[in-house]
Order: sequence, then structure tokens, then C-alpha cells
Amino acid sequence: MSATGIIETQTLEVSLGPQHPSTHGVFRMDVVLDGEYVVKLKPVMGYLHRNHEQIAEKIAWIANMPYTDRLDYFCSMTNNWAYALAVEKMAGLKVPERAEYIRVIMAELTRLLNHSCAIGFLLSDCGAWFTPVLYALRERERILDFFETVSGARMMCNYMRFGGVRVDLDDQSLAMARDIVARWPAFLDEFEKLMTENEVLIARTQRVGILPRELAINASITGPMARASGVEYDIRKVDKYGVYDRFDFRVPVGEAGDTFDRYMIRILEMREAVKILEQALRDIPAGPFIAPEAKLRNFKVPAGDGYGRIEAPKGELGFYLVSEGGAKPYRYHVRPPSFINLTILEDMCLGQKVADTVIILGSVDIVLGEVDR
Amino acid sequence: MDAIYQLIHAYCPTMPDLLALVLAILLPIAIVMGVFLTVFALLTWVERKALGRIQNRRGPNRVGPVGLFQPIADGLKLLTKEDIVPDAADKVVHFLAPVLVVVPAFLVLAVVPVARGFVPVDLNIGVLFALAVSTASVLALFMAGWASHNKFSLLGAMRGVAQVVSYEVPMVLAAVVVLMAAGSLSSVTIVEAQRGLGGWFVCKPWGFVGFVIFQLCAMAEVARTPFDLPEAESEIVAGYHTEYSGFKFALFQMGEYVAAITMGGITVTMFLGGYLGPGSDLPKIGWLISACWFFAKFGIIVVINIWARGTWPRVRVDQLLGFAWKLLLPLSLVNIVAMAVWHFSPSKLVGWVASAVLLAVAIVALVRLNAGAAFEKRSYRFTS
Amino acid sequence: MSNLLGKGLIDGLVVTAKNFVGSYFDGNRKDRLFTYQYPEERMKLPENSRTFPFLVYDGTPDQLRCTACKICETECPPQCIYIVMERDANGKPLQRPRVFDIDISVCMQCGICAEVCPFNAIKMDCDFERSKHGRFEDLLVHLPELLKSNEYYHQIKSAEATRVDATRKPTKKPAAGTKPEKI
Repeated sequence: MSATGIIETQTLEVSLGPQHPSTHGVFRMDVVLDGEYVVKLKPVMGYLHRNHEQIAEKIAWIANMPYTDRLDYFCSMTNNWAYALAVEKMAGLKVPERAEYIRVIMAELTRLLNHSCAIGFLLSDCGAWFTPVLYALRERERILDFFETVSGARMMCNYMRFGGVRVDLDDQSLAMARDIVARWPAFLDEFEKLMTENEVLIARTQRVGILPRELAINASITGPMARASGVEYDIRKVDKYGVYDRFDFRVPVGEAGDTFDRYMIRILEMREAVKILEQALRDIPAGPFIAPEAKLRNFKVPAGDGYGRIEAPKGELGFYLVSEGGAKPYRYHVRPPSFINLTILEDMCLGQKVADTVIILGSVDIVLGEVDR
Repeated sequence: MDAIYQLIHAYCPTMPDLLALVLAILLPIAIVMGVFLTVFALLTWVERKALGRIQNRRGPNRVGPVGLFQPIADGLKLLTKEDIVPDAADKVVHFLAPVLVVVPAFLVLAVVPVARGFVPVDLNIGVLFALAVSTASVLALFMAGWASHNKFSLLGAMRGVAQVVSYEVPMVLAAVVVLMAAGSLSSVTIVEAQRGLGGWFVCKPWGFVGFVIFQLCAMAEVARTPFDLPEAESEIVAGYHTEYSGFKFALFQMGEYVAAITMGGITVTMFLGGYLGPGSDLPKIGWLISACWFFAKFGIIVVINIWARGTWPRVRVDQLLGFAWKLLLPLSLVNIVAMAVWHFSPSKLVGWVASAVLLAVAIVALVRLNAGAAFEKRSYRFTS
Repeated sequence: MSNLLGKGLIDGLVVTAKNFVGSYFDGNRKDRLFTYQYPEERMKLPENSRTFPFLVYDGTPDQLRCTACKICETECPPQCIYIVMERDANGKPLQRPRVFDIDISVCMQCGICAEVCPFNAIKMDCDFERSKHGRFEDLLVHLPELLKSNEYYHQIKSAEATRVDATRKPTKKPAAGTKPEKI
């Protein structure tokens, strides 16, 4: 049943449809198969479209903050930060130092959340029957409990405000965060022992779904996926937003750009995030947690446009906002990393087998809330 | 069967011959089916609890004490579900497929000696019967996939057929070493040939390799993880049994599970010494002790199965077939040669060393040849 | 990657075995079994956790802090609050709500209403067991169910309630009108 066989065979068109145990949400792939090989792949998105950008034009600037939680629903803190960053740029608000440190702590904890979940689900797509997922979720629960203690909700945190954060971190919460960070390297060691050198995993993920470096740059791929292909681009180092230039951390970059590299890059990024967290929790200064001139009600942003972006765990998350000087945005656009990263799916999957399609999709690490908005 | 016939004649001499004969045939069947259906139900419970504990959670614990009635609850639920048959499906084939999955699994139990003197039928081609009949379920697999009129099912069925057929060959060749050592195909003779201290075939170098090969092939035959491609849930939804609901689905699960139990029984018989163990030869209660030994060894196989399921990810179809044809098959052939070297060597020590060295060299060479460039060491650079 | 092929597989088995054995000796949910056997055991929620809003009253339900200023209704992102001010017979506003409905099937639990209220009248509850059998009317919560006392507020969020009590100015509310007003 080879693609260049002597016998004339028919291709099989399969819809890995929206109801599927492992397409990470309601997402459809129309795949044309020749035997087990993928000849054509068309991603179909839009099953979770919720008119996020249109809703944002009707409500006040601050009222959009809870909606941004629901974009990439795994990582609500970083979504909030990107939006707050864009508005602060346009309004010229200066964020106090303690708030910047708090934002970094929350963002890096979100990175740990996201990567551990992403790897867990990638491994469960490989067929490891939920064992890695449940180990990852066990640690993730601690971070979610911390988010609940600080902001009131586990996932839809609604925590950042323009000019700072909503509530301050008290000493008990800081101790909780330190405890989480102290346990994380042990969890990573156990996880790596379980999976990284597993021959079955290596056979399934090495040389699968290769993304060449040139193609990654041309297709605007960002995040761990680009770094696994050899593109040295991390917005934390390039833009130096927040107080990231005060922390000493490295950015891992891969060579081959296959699924195994994407998996390893995420693990290495988790280790670097732990380093940043240790430094931030050690150095956090006292002070105000929100800018004194920040307002909640009747907050008007000066006319103009602005683009604020951060290194979200999945890639570059950007908000393009246009204001007419009023209390509501005129135009509100989200640059979602999952959506842009997903456009290259066909090129990565051609010539691979059906079973690999699901694994490659898992390594792109998408969240449908972001893809469809 | 003969034993029971004699027993009936001894205790009820007035019973007519025909009735005694019929009873002597039906009673072992009823006992075996009853025992192994209970074992099946218990094993599903054990698997769920054990997998749960591996994954840091308790298994089912609501239905009954410690969740012991969970299998009954599952069975009742599946019995009362609506039986949905797709419109375009081939009705007869769709109906027959689950039946054909379950029947061979139970048939093979006829030649597994569960305790001393307790084999339902002592065929003198016992092992051949077992291996041949257990393969009959591949037909059912394809019937299920084809009759469902569904692309996913067809994919699953084709994968399943390829997998089962490929893994038959190393399995049979791994069984050949046991037959060479025991000199007979009858399962009772094979068990009796493993008497003595260190007499189990797994304790010998060729037996150990044979055991590993046979166990891997058995896991692949019944499609258990890491070889559960035909029903790879995360890729093709449920493979060949996507379109089955209600009790037919239960029959598929039961067929797969009982096949796993049966292959476990065959493995224990051939490599782990069957029902033999200290105390199994005692006059009055020896048969009970030997039954306990059998189930203890069977428990080892169960533990291996569940442990592997909870830990390893699934292999891909071409890697699966490559594993069977390129690694297990040559290794099982070398195993046969190693057994011959062990058997025909002048002294025991020379035999042991020679066969062990031959096997080690073969394993390393085959693995090196097959690994190729895939298992490369990766290094990552860091920018700051 | 080690040179001994199969080592990764065995390592994985060792890790799962450790977890299996460890789950029997895990006291107090520190490391392994982290599930709570609901409904026999309930997790203690942190103080800050928020679910749905409720209205605070001091003393008697008549003395609710809400003045029906409608700031929360305006700021609510999904617009799930509906307020009608109580007026007396002449149409003069009485600084209390006659109707205060929250549709909890729409409520996002964002807490913005509690943040913007100038009178510390609406606060976030942490009660999550709110399921009902109907989908529409049952999930529309009216004023009587929303009213909860300040003692209840102290009970669920003591630090926050104490801080609020220390900073707010207590006022006495006018009584509700006895004559039905013109609609």
C-alpha cells in the first residue's frame, strides 16, 4: 500500500472530526490518506467562535479583561497581561515595581502550568493512557490552588488591571509560591525519568513532523515551536517588557524541529521558568501594587492605536487596539499564537502517517479558545 | 473428562451411561466457564484499581465495598443499553463478529491445565490447538471492521489484522523451544517436563528469552498496550468496534480480556511451570495447592500486563510490524539454535554459557541493526 | 539517551511502581492521592475564592447597603444584572432596589461588580453548589435570595469583611414604602 506502488489504489478521505478524543477541542482535520500516508490535510476551525472581538467593541476597556481570560483558557494570567500591556502603552500608564514582579511571577507560573499540561496531553495522544497527564495535573493543582488563593478563581483569574494588579500578594501566598517552586524540579526529574528516554516515545516522536527553520520564519511561527526549529526568538529577550531584563535565564533552542525537540524544549523552558521564579520570589520589593492614577470606571484611553505583545507559553500573543478616545475600544484584534502556528500543520504532516498527525497536532499545542476566539 | 466420568461411576453407579457421559462432558465446561468468567470480572476490577493507583488516584470505590461490584454494574449497564446498528452495515456479519471474538478465547481454555489432573480435555496436540484457535479471532476483527461500513473501523481492522498475523510467527517460534525441550505438544506433558528445582523453562537462558518473546507476542495478539493499535482511542476513536454499542461492545471487551487471560494461562503452562510448585504433589489436597500455584503465577503475568499498560505509550503501526519481523523473528530463530546448543553440548556448564553468550550477542546485534539513526542523542543550545 | 537499549522502558516502569506503592502510604494528601472524595470530604476553599455575587445587609434584610445606583449593572461585562430603583408614591427615588435580578447562567464570576461598588454592597460569595433543575427561571436569582447578612460575610471572608467594616461609613437606610407605587 505504498504511494508509489504498482497497484492502483484509491485514496481515503477521513474527517478527524470535531468530536474526537484528541484534537484538543472542537477542531476538524480533513485528511486524505493513501494507505496510512497523509496526502492532503485541511484544518477546519471555527467551531468555538464566540465573537470575542465584536463583543469587545461594545463594552468598556476594563470589562474586556474577564473575556481575555477565556481566550487561551489554560493560561489566563498571560492573556490578561498582554491586554493590560497594550492598553498601558496607549494610555501611558507606568506600572509600579512590585506589580511588575508580581506579573512576572504569575506569568512564569502560567508557563509551568501550560507546558506541563501540553506535554502530558502530547504523551496521552501517544497512547500512554493518562499516566503522564495525571502526574502533570497533580503538580498543576498546586499552582491552581495558589491562583485561587490570590485572585479568587482557579482558571479565569481576571487578575491584571491597567497599571498593576487587582490585589496584592501577602506573605502566606508568597510562601505558597515558594513551596510550589521548590517542588517543581523534583517533579520534572521524575517525569523525565518516566518519559524522556522511553524508547517507544523516541521512536514515535523523533523525525516526525519536521519543521524547517526557513519555513518557520516565513510562516510567522513563534514560541516553543519556532525555538525547536532553531529560530532564536524569545520576546522576553527581544522586547524586554516588564522587568525581564533583571533576571538571569537562558532560552533553549533546538536543531531538528521535530516533535521530540518540541517536547524537550518545553521541558527545558520549564526548568528556566523555575529559575526565573526563584529569583523573582527572592527579590520582590515592597511597594504599591497598582499605579495611583489608574482608574476602573470611565477609563478613557487617548485616541490612537497600539500593539502590545508578550511571550505567552504558546508563542507571541499580541493585542492590536484602536481607540477613538472613548471608554470603549473602536477596534480590538487578538493575534493568537495557536492560530498562526496551526497554519503550518499541513506542511508538517505531509508524507507522515495518520497516527503521526495527532501527535504533531499535540506538539503544536493549541487551545481552541485562542484559535477561534 | 475421564476423571469425572470415573467419579460419577464410583459415587452413583445407578446412573444410566448416557447421562453420566453427558454430565462428564458438561460439568468441566461449566466449571471452566464459571471460574474464568469470575476471574475475568475480578480482573477488570483489579486492572482499574491498579491503574488508578499508578496514576495517583483511587480506582472505582463507590459501587460495593472497595468498588467490588463495579464489573456487575458495568455489565448491567451495557446489557440495558440500546443496540444501535448502522443502517448501511452488513447486518449478519455485524451480528456475528462479536460472537466470533469471544468463542475462540474460551475454546483455548480447554487445554490449559489449571491444577493437577484438571484439564478439561487432554489433547495430545494441545499447544497446536491453542495457538491455532486463538488466531481465529482475527477473522472476527476484520468482520467487525468491514461490516461497520465506517472508514475508521476499516482502518482499525486492517491494522489489527496486520498486527495479529505478524505476531503469530515469532510466537509460534518461541513456543517451538518449549516443544523441543518437552518433546510433546500436550500441555500436561509440557508442565510435567518442568519438574525439579530450576526446572521451569523460564530459568534457562533460551527459556527466558523465549518467555520474553512469547509474552510480548501474546500482548500484541490480544491488542493490549503498548500494542493496542486496533482500538487506538486517541487516533481512530475506537477502531474496529466504533459502531458497536450495548452488549455487543461488552462482548468485544470480554473477548479481548478473556483472550488475554487465556494467553496468560498458556504462558504459565509453557514457561512458568504450570501448576507445579512445592506441595502440589501431596495426596489429598495437592490439587488445591497446585491450583493456587497456577493462579499465583498467572498473577505475575497479569501484573506485567497492567504495569506495561500504565507506563508505556503506544507504538505506531509500521514500527509495530518492524518490531515483529525484524527483531522478534530473527531472535526467535537464534533462540532455537541456542536451545539446540544447550541440549547437545557435552557438559551442563558449557551448554549454559554457550547458549547464553549466543543469545546475548544476537540480542545486541539485532537491536543495533534495528535502532538505526532514530535513537540519536540530542543536545540543545542555549542563548541568553 | 543511554547506550543500553531498553533502559528507558525499565526506568518508566520503576517510576510507575514507585507511584503505585507510594499511593498507599500517602498521608494527608501531600504527594500522591490528591482527589477529595466528594461529597464525604470537601476541600476547604481559600478565603478569596469567588463564585456568584450576593448583597450584604447590616442587621436586618431591610438595612441592605445597596442604593440601586446601577454602577454594577453598567460595569458588568455580560450584562447579567437588572436593577429597578424603589420609588415612593410621588416617584421620588428611595435609594434602595425594588428589583435586583442576577442571571447566574450568564454571570461570568469576574467580580467586577464587587470591585466597582462604591457602597461595599455587593460582594462575591464562594458557594458553588448552585445547580438547579430548570435552565431558565430557576437560574434567575431575585433580591430575597441575594440578601445575606454581614455576619455571613464575616464567616466566609473574615479578613476582607473586617477590612470593609473598618473603612466604610455606616448609613441608615430609609424604610421601604408601604404604599404600592405607580408603575
